[in-house]
Amino acid sequence: MASSGTASLRGLPIPKPPAHQQLLNSVPVAVAIYAIVVGLIIYGSFVGAQNMGYNWQWYRVPQYLYSFTDDGFQWGEISIGLVATIRLSILSFALATVLGLVVALLRLSGLVVGSAVAVGFLELIRNIPLLVLLYLFYYVLGPIFGLDRYVASILTLAVFHSALISEIFRAGINAVAIGQWEAAKSIGMSAGQAYRYIILPQSVRFMLPPMTGEVVHLIKSSAIVSVIAVAELTTIGRNIISDTYMSFEIWFTVAAVYMVVTLILSIGVSFLERKYTVDQ
Amino acid sequence: MSSQPIIEARNVDKFYGKFHALKDVSISVHQGERVVVCGPSGSGKSTLIRCFNALENHSSGTLVVDGIEVFEGSRDVRKLRQEVGMVFQQFNLFPHLTVLENLMIGPMKVRRVSREQAEETARKYLDRVHIPEQAEKYPAQLSGGQQQRVAIARSLCMETRIMLFDEPTSALDPEMINEVLDVMVELAETGMTMVVVTHEMGFARKVADTMVFMEEGRIVEVAPPEQFFTAPSSDRCRMFLAQILEH
Repeated sequence: MASSGTASLRGLPIPKPPAHQQLLNSVPVAVAIYAIVVGLIIYGSFVGAQNMGYNWQWYRVPQYLYSFTDDGFQWGEISIGLVATIRLSILSFALATVLGLVVALLRLSGLVVGSAVAVGFLELIRNIPLLVLLYLFYYVLGPIFGLDRYVASILTLAVFHSALISEIFRAGINAVAIGQWEAAKSIGMSAGQAYRYIILPQSVRFMLPPMTGEVVHLIKSSAIVSVIAVAELTTIGRNIISDTYMSFEIWFTVAAVYMVVTLILSIGVSFLERKYTVDQ
Repeated sequence: MSSQPIIEARNVDKFYGKFHALKDVSISVHQGERVVVCGPSGSGKSTLIRCFNALENHSSGTLVVDGIEVFEGSRDVRKLRQEVGMVFQQFNLFPHLTVLENLMIGPMKVRRVSREQAEETARKYLDRVHIPEQAEKYPAQLSGGQQQRVAIARSLCMETRIMLFDEPTSALDPEMINEVLDVMVELAETGMTMVVVTHEMGFARKVADTMVFMEEGRIVEVAPPEQFFTAPSSDRCRMFLAQILEH
């Protein structure tokens, strides 16, 4: 009986989802819905601005990105600010990575003192708001150790993100099978060699996605240093607005510039990730 | 066989918390001797050989391997491990390295031999385990039997004096067990000192100089194979053999 039952089912098409679901999931319909939603938001803000009598001056924005003068091509202030933001982010991220790795290794060291120091550091940093941390570095530690605003900014961002990065390292290291440790040790490797040649290279695969998220996070949180007037994208945006009163245009532009940078980064890394999985 | 044992354990105990994993274990293994350790699961066989290269630290008693006293926190542990190779049940090859790199990394980073020298040694031992053609592949591209043979070659590349095998065929599909055992028999013929935890009694009969039976953390029986298989002195060992030799 059972066999005849299966035989009669053979060759039947797999049932399709209901018609309304198919319609909603089709590409043109999805794109149309997306366009309508985004369009409504833009239209709404435009109408709102119109009603408060806002004078849109988009034509004045490009000069802050780049300009052609008699001297030839020149980068505008926003572009220069973007470079400053990227530079700040790279320096902070490099420092945060080193610090994060040290904290993660301390935590995993198995030494009571090591993990106590690491956990203490993590809890301290995680429970202080970024803005307060910045004030601490600039207004408290700054005068004591003679840190200028740029160094204070880098240290703040690095310390804040090192806490999160150390957790990423720890998770990535723990994700490598225990047998890899044993194999490395059994051929006579020291703990350092095992980390360097065996464990960390394998952890990269696990760490890449959350690390990307962390870099994106760092680039965005770097905007906070504008409160101590470090010359970067957000600060420059504020300066332009105080000169021109074009707050809507400039904030839209600044937001878009951040978005473009972080999107490029995310897409680049997901490409890298795919390549990496294929190689394995 | 020289008179001085290359592995000597005296009254070794091992605790995991409250669990008593090894109970007053004494055993000596001589240069060139092949010892096969068997016993039911949880009897402490793996724990014992993992103590031999300090992957586990015993809790009390003395353990001397290749003239080096093993104890927790000893500075000579790395020196010891360079002389004692280990083959694991789960192979534990390095998945991010090719087969050749798996074999070369130990000699290059630990023994500091040159890349050319390391590659020559690696190819020699890949030949020895009959898979020279797989050198450029990654471990995941090999069958279980091939991976285990690479793991054996990886230990051999360190030019160790002792080889420990922790259930080397237990994770393999049945049709791949023999290719690994064949390599181990050939290795035994070269005069390597081997301590093998296994239930492959055919292999044991062929190569063992000494059979060891463990139960509940104790060594219950130590005997040459002919006596071990025909007239074991303990009832428990007889029952165990009856069970695993039934088929």
